[in-house]
Amino acid sequence: MTMTVGVLALQGDFAEHIRVLSSIGVRSLEVRSVEDLTKADRLILPGGESTVMAKLLFQSGLGQAISDRFSRGELPIYATCAGAILVSREVQDGSVSTLGLLDITTQRNAYGRQSHSFRTALSVRGIQTPVQASFIRAPHITRVGEGVSVLANYDESPVLVQARNIIAGTFHTEVTGDPSVHKLFVV
Amino acid sequence: MSDESVTLGKDLAAMLKGGVIMDVMSVEQAIIAQAAGACAVMALERIPSDIRAQGGVARMSDPQLIADIQKAVSIPVMAKVRIGHTAEARILEALETDFIDESEVLTPADPFAHIVKKDFTVPFVCGATNLGEALRRIEEGAAMIRTKGEAGTGNVVEAVRHIKLIAQEIESLRAMNTKALAAFAAEERVSVALLTQVRDAGRLPVVTFVAGGVATPADAALLMGMGAEGVFVGSGIFRSQHPERMAESIVQATVHFADFKKLLEVSTGLGAAMKGEEINTLETRMQERGL
Repeated sequence: MTMTVGVLALQGDFAEHIRVLSSIGVRSLEVRSVEDLTKADRLILPGGESTVMAKLLFQSGLGQAISDRFSRGELPIYATCAGAILVSREVQDGSVSTLGLLDITTQRNAYGRQSHSFRTALSVRGIQTPVQASFIRAPHITRVGEGVSVLANYDESPVLVQARNIIAGTFHTEVTGDPSVHKLFVV
Repeated sequence: MSDESVTLGKDLAAMLKGGVIMDVMSVEQAIIAQAAGACAVMALERIPSDIRAQGGVARMSDPQLIADIQKAVSIPVMAKVRIGHTAEARILEALETDFIDESEVLTPADPFAHIVKKDFTVPFVCGATNLGEALRRIEEGAAMIRTKGEAGTGNVVEAVRHIKLIAQEIESLRAMNTKALAAFAAEERVSVALLTQVRDAGRLPVVTFVAGGVATPADAALLMGMGAEGVFVGSGIFRSQHPERMAESIVQATVHFADFKKLLEVSTGLGAAMKGEEINTLETRMQERGL
């Protein structure tokens, strides 16, 4: 059976994730409802505005459905930027409700406003060549819990972390078109 | 680092996709907009319908208002400058506004040229009524395009006109040979390279939102169905009877534009939308500014 990767398509750069998945021959599906989610074997939470996605997730019951399938071990997740905020156990200022699927603490807009956004090449554990990453009004991961391993750091602070069935990054490779983290996720 | 800031601006625009950017005139309205699910706010002293009604020269807002709104919300904050007003733009850059809208809603400052946007560390969004206009703005360094529509009217017809026109013009590029493409490029004062890129991709190279006249959830859904990547709503929210409800419903309609049961649900019981105006009764057609 071919794997289908669902991409949460409530708001944000879901189309860019779908483009990267298609570039590495992975079938994908836009997820806007609980019904869409039943057709996905894995799930990507894209970049966007975490306040918007959180509101739409919790209003619709889709948030609960994601949590249920993830906790049964049925739904591996890759979360980027706003997505990483949504999966985190807690947000530093408590400004967004989260799914709490990964034992990390995040801090929103930690680098500052848009004029402090940047692109860089990151060295990532398990990936041979540097990963082309874009940090857009990006969050910090300020605490990493037990059982969570760090795959990449930037400026001595973790930017890509992994636990059982879940990867979360504070940056975007879907806008640079670098498929290496997506490959790591779908193997 | 000009090209880099444009690239980063395009990346930020990608994060706004599928969302609603709302005009707000106070901290209180900005908080309402964020709570309703706005993906960004546009901070300004007067919304377009008030500018129309009151007349006078419309300028950049007081930076104090923008700074207060920046402190009050966590979503991106945008603000408008007059077309060609490089000094206003430098002020907003110093304020670290997340996006600058070089906007026809304000009174144009330069009758000859737009701002050279590549020179800034903050990205720009610009309005366009057709393909040539959109591409001229992109060559100046716009990281995002919004169709102009006719701001402050609550009348969606011009927004529909502009998104359809751009789509039709992109489609017609496909049939053009090299000679015809070069002639079109010369006529529109854009580079052949950019035009070729648009022809091959079948779309603009930047995120494209719609603006100007969106007043109901159905208006937002209509435009999303025509290929818009997100929606700006100006007067439509805070000139409606129940701004909170209207704001939330427009957000829902933008996300679920193809789910008609959902559209029915979010369109029901909203109270009065803004009154709106017929286009042919207008004294000023803002869309004709800065082509």
